Amino acid sequence: MRNIVILLGLLVIGAVGFLFYQDKSEIPVAEKETSVTKVGFVYLTTPGDHGWTYAHELGKQMVEKRFGKDVKVSVVENVPEGPDATRVIRELAKGGNEIIFTTSFGYMDPTLKVAEEFPDVKFEHITGYKRSKNVATGNIRFYEGRYIQGVVAGLMTKTNKIGYIGAYPIAEVIMGINAFAQGLRSVNKDATISVIWANTWYDPVKEADSAKVHIAEGADILAQHTDSPAMLQIAEKEGALGFGQSTDMSAFAPKAQLFASINNWGPYYIKKIEELRNGKWNTGDGPDHWAGNVWGGLKSDMLIISKFQNMPDEVAQKAQEALDGIKTGKINIFAGPLIDNTGKEIIPAGKALDDGALWGMNYYLQGVDGKVPG
Amino acid sequence: MEALILTIIATSIPLLLAAAGELIAEKSGVLNLGVEGMMLSGAVGALGAVLWLENPYYGIIAGALSGILMASIFSLFTINFMTNQVATGLGLTIFATGLTGLAGAPLVGKTIPSLPKIEIFLLSDIPLIGSILFKQDFVAYLSIGIIIFISFFLKYSKSGIILRAVGDDHQSAHSVGYPVKKIRWYATCFGGMCAGIGGAYIPLVLTPHWSEGMTAGRGWIALALVVFASWIPWRIIVGALIFGGITIAQLVGQARGWPIPSQLLSMMPYIATIIALTMISGRLSKNNSVVPSSLGKPFFGSQ
Repeated sequence: MRNIVILLGLLVIGAVGFLFYQDKSEIPVAEKETSVTKVGFVYLTTPGDHGWTYAHELGKQMVEKRFGKDVKVSVVENVPEGPDATRVIRELAKGGNEIIFTTSFGYMDPTLKVAEEFPDVKFEHITGYKRSKNVATGNIRFYEGRYIQGVVAGLMTKTNKIGYIGAYPIAEVIMGINAFAQGLRSVNKDATISVIWANTWYDPVKEADSAKVHIAEGADILAQHTDSPAMLQIAEKEGALGFGQSTDMSAFAPKAQLFASINNWGPYYIKKIEELRNGKWNTGDGPDHWAGNVWGGLKSDMLIISKFQNMPDEVAQKAQEALDGIKTGKINIFAGPLIDNTGKEIIPAGKALDDGALWGMNYYLQGVDGKVPG
Repeated sequence: MEALILTIIATSIPLLLAAAGELIAEKSGVLNLGVEGMMLSGAVGALGAVLWLENPYYGIIAGALSGILMASIFSLFTINFMTNQVATGLGLTIFATGLTGLAGAPLVGKTIPSLPKIEIFLLSDIPLIGSILFKQDFVAYLSIGIIIFISFFLKYSKSGIILRAVGDDHQSAHSVGYPVKKIRWYATCFGGMCAGIGGAYIPLVLTPHWSEGMTAGRGWIALALVVFASWIPWRIIVGALIFGGITIAQLVGQARGWPIPSQLLSMMPYIATIIALTMISGRLSKNNSVVPSSLGKPFFGSQ
């Protein structure tokens, strides 16, 4: 028995060794092709989340389609935020990748650390706020889609109760809730938003439970800032309505999804890779605060709104108007007078919050129940 | 209120099943930390089977089989090759997380029909109690059946007493002629079956889709639940409902704006487990019958 086990073990070691040997033999071949740009991606989870990482995967596929044989893309999935990330990013830089996209907030410091060691490699960090000579940042104005969600929710709700599921009480999520509230109150002053914090980006069962609780408490429209399609599936089952997150989730909830805000990273990736190939890559000169130098929204197609469905034509028309309004700049979501839900004035009429102020949000605007935890 | 109670019950069922299975395994002396992994394979197996055969009931069978398969791998290593149970169990979970990610890749983005509710003639029409007790799905009834079964099995059946003997002192059990390894194989596989069905419940009822790692730590809670129940089957029902109840209460509290931090409520199940553990180990010094004495120890006797 023992001998068989040892033999099996040796076979496994041999097989693994062989695979690694194969791997290494490929690297020098690729390095000889000088016209090929090597691009690296670091993913937090896998495209299987059907949300955040899946959206990045779609962007990566657009890159491959656009450049074809001119780029060689390497992806590392399931990279935890922390020391492991440093190791993975360093490996990608060592492997000859010329530009590396790190696609989660927690990769911020690891990215900067590795960037210092490899001054010739360009880094693009998603959703971060720290930059350096060879580290640029990119983010999406997710909140713009949430304003339109608010408009639709305000027109569609019968109970005037909106259930919102947030991941963590950070500025990014809070500005989404407030943008939703602004949209909601632009059409319906009686409706209110109740927020449940899941304290996780991804836990389908907890997201589903939160959705069930919202519905049991009387909400008939649900919105989420977490990653899985679980909330919409519950809405579908219980006869409520809701909005898709990061990607089009209508396959999961054909009767419940009103529309989805889709993260469209592809054009940004393509633009940055193109700049690199033309020797024009730079870290930009955008205003130096949280959101970094590329912060695109509906106008630049980094945020896309899917088809309006499961709603009457009049509502779809109002939603379209809101969408056009944001695109043309006619609607400024955070224009004064802004009053928080305790009655305190945030900003008077005639003024508007600037981007920096958005990243400092730690209060709810009128229309949201409760207060920000912590 | 009714909807909330139903949600609590639904949340509790995967925990209850996985914990019931693990209880039997631990009673036979096998500490299988791979519950999370077995639940994940149950989930992916169930989803695949339902997509293929288009009947949610096959999902239960497929979930059970996937769980048994994972448990067999664990048994082979720990019982036959006598590897360390803790390390192998952790390894099983890591292995299953990767394997289910791979196997589940083609299932991403697909949705399946849910397990139907079974109504019992007339009884289902009783207000409140009817829909809570007599209008559940098959797995919910099954899980209660399993708890009743293992209670009687452990206490009154000969096989159950032998199983406990193996868990309490495998050398003595071996010396009077009981097949220790065989009994542990069966017990571990029963644990795998229950965990598999518990995992299958997640896509079959709670959120009908596949996403990687969708059990999100429920296997670990099930392990804690066994300790919380101090290896007594009916206490698992209570424990699972408390765990589920606190999870939901925490969400309700937020929706209604109770002035309790949600993080504090999220901690409650774990605090309860630590308290239960402390109480048990306190009792242990006086009375040695709570924890199976051979738990986690490999059996080296020849067979």
